[in-house]
Parts: sequence; structure tokens; C-alpha cells
Amino acid sequence: MANIIGGVACSHIPSIGSAIAKGLQEDPYWKPFFEGFPPVRSWLTSARADVAVVFYNDHGLNFFLDKMPTFAVGAAASYSNADEGWGIPVMDPFEGNPDLSWQIINELIRDEFDIVTCQEMLVDHAFTIPLKLMWPGKCPVTVVPICINTVQFPLPSAKRVYALGQSVGKAIRGWAANKNVVVMGTGGLSHQLDGERAGFINKKFDQEFMNSLHRDPAWATQFSTEDLVGHAGTQGVELLMWLAMRGALGDAQEHHIRKVHENYHIPISNTATGLIAFESH
Amino acid sequence: MNQKIIPGTTLFGPTQSQMGYALNKMCFSFNSKENRDTFVLDEEAYMRSYHLTPNQMQAIRSRDVLKLLAAGGNIYYLAKFAGIFGLDVQDIGAQQTGLTKEAFKAKLQAYN
Repeated sequence: MANIIGGVACSHIPSIGSAIAKGLQEDPYWKPFFEGFPPVRSWLTSARADVAVVFYNDHGLNFFLDKMPTFAVGAAASYSNADEGWGIPVMDPFEGNPDLSWQIINELIRDEFDIVTCQEMLVDHAFTIPLKLMWPGKCPVTVVPICINTVQFPLPSAKRVYALGQSVGKAIRGWAANKNVVVMGTGGLSHQLDGERAGFINKKFDQEFMNSLHRDPAWATQFSTEDLVGHAGTQGVELLMWLAMRGALGDAQEHHIRKVHENYHIPISNTATGLIAFESH
Repeated sequence: MNQKIIPGTTLFGPTQSQMGYALNKMCFSFNSKENRDTFVLDEEAYMRSYHLTPNQMQAIRSRDVLKLLAAGGNIYYLAKFAGIFGLDVQDIGAQQTGLTKEAFKAKLQAYN
């Protein structure tokens, strides 16, 4: 059976892609952000991850308002990135893992999550950048993208997203393959791009959320998505992806969850950036 | 939805999404360089081809993000429009808050 080696959550700001392309990792503005990653990379290498299941939110590359799924699971052999209109570099395609995709799809439907399945799916910066941060060279893992709508309200509740993560975790652990799987969640933390409140950041809430994830992961499920926008900003609601990741890892005691590393830095672009990695068994 | 309790924020829900459909569809098309170039060549014709409302056309001409949001624009699609002019999210943030870009960046730093 497959093993979940742990989970990682981190921010996915588009300009990170440009900074990587320009080699700005040591630049004083970028260093406090990039220096969070080497300990996580070392851990991923030693834990020998084979597959990454990635919860992320599309920003209008693959999905438009004509058809906007609440939850969409990729089931493709390959996933391409493409021009998003802002001049950030387009990354090479990622190799899919259809076998695990369908294992997850079957489990989710059995658990009454009526998801959309996608045998063709473009992946945007929210997917590509975190993978590049984990593996700066050629991506050595196969991938399963799971997209959660944060574009159009009503968004799925934090409670529902957490349960989705739990179900995905169950599916991975029930996969008849001798593989090591890492679960990722990308986005956040607090930030707001739109309206007179643009530039809003909430350090206290972010830190409370990060602290909750280890031993009290259901903490954020007490909030409605509107409340989460109030606390973390219109785009800070992307913390839902972190919650799904943590849901997949399962109970802290049962799965011996240990925090590998964390980092938090204000600001990159308009965003309070966060990084957290957990090991699980 | 509790839109009123979050100051300076309009949640992009059913009302905005229906009102802004044509505008957002046009901005979504800017994922393609060919479409961005076509827009730049003849902005008015491009807007007409996407059936923008007069209000949305005025908002596009004004390059005013708050007006674009009020016309039903969604920030993710609008960012692709802003990208045509080389504007990033900090330019957009500064514009919406009435600050210079430097002052907007200083405001972000101050959250530390």
C-alpha cells in the first residue's frame, strides 16, 4: 500500500516564478522567503517522495465562469502550464499519475464528494511554482492536481474542504502501489488584491492558523468562508488548500505527525507568505 | 452573504458574476498573446466583439480598477488586463487605495 510521507503548504505568488527565472534567491528582498525551503527540500529527498498530490486554486487559466467546478480532480497523463497573461515564465509539463487520480476519484465519489474529473487540465502558477520551490530542477515526482474554487462565491466551506482532504488521504493510503506520496496545499496566507481594502494582511490570524495545523487542524473549520475573507483577505481564503492538505495527513497521534519546518515572511508582493511541512506515518 | 461587514471588499458572488460575465470573458481571453495584441490594435472593436456593456467599456477605457470591480470584474481576470500595460498587483493595489506604489509597499512592510 502507498504511504503518505507528509505534507507541505506554501504560498504561490506569481512573481516567485519570475524571481526564480532571474536567480534572485539571494536578493535581500527575496532571501527571507527562499531561505525557508532548503530544509523542506532535504526532508523531501530523504523521505523519497514519488508522487505529489497538490491542492491548489486556478486563477483563470484552465477554468472560466462558464464552467466553474467547486472541486476538480486531474486524471491526465500530463499537465501543461501556459501563458497566464502576465509575462511569468511558462514551465515544462508535469507527468501525471492517472492510476492514483482514479483511485482518488473513486474514493471521493464513494464518500459522496461529487467532483469534476479532468483528463485535460492546464495548471497555473498556483500548481507550478510550489513544485518548482520543492524541486528546483526537473520535477522528479508524478503529480495529481486537485483544484478548489476560490474565484466565485459561494466557495466550499472550510469544514467541507477539510473533509475532502481526509477523504483524499484515505484514498492515498488505500492505493495498492508501493509508492511514497507527499500532499501539498498552495496559496495564502493573508492577502487581498481587490477593493479599497487591497494590501490587507493579518499576521496574528496567520500565525494562529499555522499553529493550529499540527495538533488542532479542525480549528479553521469553525469559520465560514466569508469570515475567512474577513480575517485573511479575499485571497487569504486560499488557506483552504492548506486545510485540505492537513486533512489528508490524518490524526496527529495516529499518524505520528511531526512538524519538519515552518517559515513566515511579510511581504512578498502583496502577500504574507507562509511555509509549513509535516512528516507523517 | 455578509458583504457589508468586510469594509472595502465586494465578494465575487452570483450578482457580480452575472453582471461581469462579458467583461470577465474578455479579460480571460487575454491569456492569449494574439488576443492581447488584437485588443491593443483596436480596443473599441475588441470590446464590442465581447459585448461589453457601456459601463464596462467606460471602466476599461478609464483603467480604473475600482470601476472595473464595480462593473462586475473579477480581480483574477482583471489582472490579465492590467498585465497588458505591465502593471503588477502592487500597482493595482496602490491605485485602489489612492497611494503611490512606494507608499503601498511601505504599508505592506508595516505589517511586520
